[in-house]
Amino acid sequence: MPFYEAMRLALQTIRSQKLKSGFSLLGVFIGVASLIGAWSIVNGVNRYMTERFAQTLYGVNTFQLRRRPMFTPNVPDSVWRAWARRPRIRFSDAEAIQASLTVPVVTAWQSSDNVSVGYGNKEARDIELNTASERYFDIKNLKISLGRPFTGEENRSGTPVVVLGYAVAQRLFSDRTPLGKSVKIGGIPYRVIGVVDKQGSILGFPLDRFVVVPALSPAQNLVNPPGILDAFLIKAHSDIEMREAMSQAEGIMRSRRHLRPQQDNNFVLETSEGVQRFWAGISRILMIVLPGVVVVSLVIGGIVIMNIMLMAVAERTREIGLRKSLGARRRDVLRQFLAESTCIAAVGATFGIAAGIVLTLGIDKLSPLPASVSPMSIILGVVMGAGVGVVAGVYPASRAAKLDPITALRQE
Amino acid sequence: MSTAQLFRTGDTPRPDVIILTHKLTREYDMGSELVRALRGVSMQITKNEYVAIMGPSGSGKSTLMNLIGCLDTPTSGEYWLNGQKVSDLVDDELAHIRNKEIGFVFQTFNLLPRANALHNVELPLIYAGLSSRQRRDRAAQALHRVGLGNRMDHKPNELSGGQRQRVAIARALVNEPSILLADEPTGNLDSTTSTEIMGVFAELHRQGQTVVMVTHEQDIAANAERVVTLRDGLVATDQARAA
Repeated sequence: MPFYEAMRLALQTIRSQKLKSGFSLLGVFIGVASLIGAWSIVNGVNRYMTERFAQTLYGVNTFQLRRRPMFTPNVPDSVWRAWARRPRIRFSDAEAIQASLTVPVVTAWQSSDNVSVGYGNKEARDIELNTASERYFDIKNLKISLGRPFTGEENRSGTPVVVLGYAVAQRLFSDRTPLGKSVKIGGIPYRVIGVVDKQGSILGFPLDRFVVVPALSPAQNLVNPPGILDAFLIKAHSDIEMREAMSQAEGIMRSRRHLRPQQDNNFVLETSEGVQRFWAGISRILMIVLPGVVVVSLVIGGIVIMNIMLMAVAERTREIGLRKSLGARRRDVLRQFLAESTCIAAVGATFGIAAGIVLTLGIDKLSPLPASVSPMSIILGVVMGAGVGVVAGVYPASRAAKLDPITALRQE
Repeated sequence: MSTAQLFRTGDTPRPDVIILTHKLTREYDMGSELVRALRGVSMQITKNEYVAIMGPSGSGKSTLMNLIGCLDTPTSGEYWLNGQKVSDLVDDELAHIRNKEIGFVFQTFNLLPRANALHNVELPLIYAGLSSRQRRDRAAQALHRVGLGNRMDHKPNELSGGQRQRVAIARALVNEPSILLADEPTGNLDSTTSTEIMGVFAELHRQGQTVVMVTHEQDIAANAERVVTLRDGLVATDQARAA
């Protein structure tokens, strides 16, 4: 019996036993749908991280001088303690680098901590206070939707003016204009001069819960000891210039810290690549865990199919006997039942793919997680679905093929 | 008249002999005891014969029928079908022989309930590897031959008992087998319909078809031109009837 004949027969059987087939395809359906859904989330976040997150949040062609890395996945305590012993970045470090770089760059100082911001009797808690210099807005790509950023002059003179993140402005002022109003940052009065455009959230983390004040304004004491900053941000025009600036900055810092050639840096120069590496680590873990979940549901789907096929073989013993008496060889019967289980699984996988795509689009639209369908996951879904069908069909089919026609025909 | 000719181990049957069994035995090991269903059956059936095999239950007629139908293999002895020694063939080779040489008609019709008459008749041709067009043509032809040319699209449950058995006969004939092998073909039919089916058999026989029919009903066996009676796993009587 040629293969397409077996396929045709299988589809016929599936059509005539809709309910039973429906149940058996459910397992594969769920498996494939979850595979595609899960994969798409990881895939979507991946793309988000590489395309948007790193670029907009970190800045293109930007690196930061810090005491220790910003994203620190799973570091041992000993490393933490070593980092904590490192000297901090000083204003003077930033000034020295700024003065010595031969590459054209834009730079900004930045320190941050969480504070409460109050206006009248309203209070916004857990707000990220950034004490920064004026070019911080350019480097971080923060667009001012209302008012203006602070100027270099305001920064140097330490004028108590503040630019609010969108969520903070909403929380404290609702729809009224905050411009010119006086808010209290850690008890210190600041005059609002601008509001940053809404940025939304990333992976569910809100991005609008922050305020930016001049680095030398009074609130600097809430964040760091005098003369200390968390990060020195340096933005170049191109990747090549950024790398040049990085190597210059490294040299300057090493000589300022009197490091010998064999000594490691006691500071870090971090680019968005670092963040991406951090994410890559997470996504690797997800990619190991998620398939586990998927495999479990596919295995369950396979067991269901196998059971249904065993039932089908038992129910259709007489038919098998008849087919054998009419000249079906073992391999014909084997093929017939294998084709049937594979078809069931393939149909299940097809619906699963459709559901997975719908699920993905739904997640993308309705949840904070970005998701996009990966073609690879569809291919894998098809392969795994069909694979499950074959594997689950082998045993029942070989039972059917081995049936003795006489006994099979005699069965009621 | 007996067609039984002296046949010795090592001989080949005459060309016009369709079925030849030589000292055919079949034993079943039932664990505690050995059941000897056939104890040495030797018989010959020539082309275009119409033979009924009779015998009480336990006489071995079903066993013989299974052996003749290549559904089973003998414990010892020889079985030649249409010039080919089939007693030593293995499973898949037997399947091929069943497909090409034997047309089964069963007591319970054994039609696929979900398939229409045409598709039921096509079934053996699928395993013969014919294209779907060839299958359709030949199946339609076979249905015409049994007078069901106008019932091809009907499913078995839309047909009467007699019509179902006709579909089964068409299915048996569709691959032009050497023998039509019927196992109690009228067992599930009333007497009028039985007569009708016997009429079909007689007509097929007239057209040159070799027919072997297993039955325990005397008046059905009376339709055949020769009756072989089994008793205790041996041929008890083998007599031709006056036509």
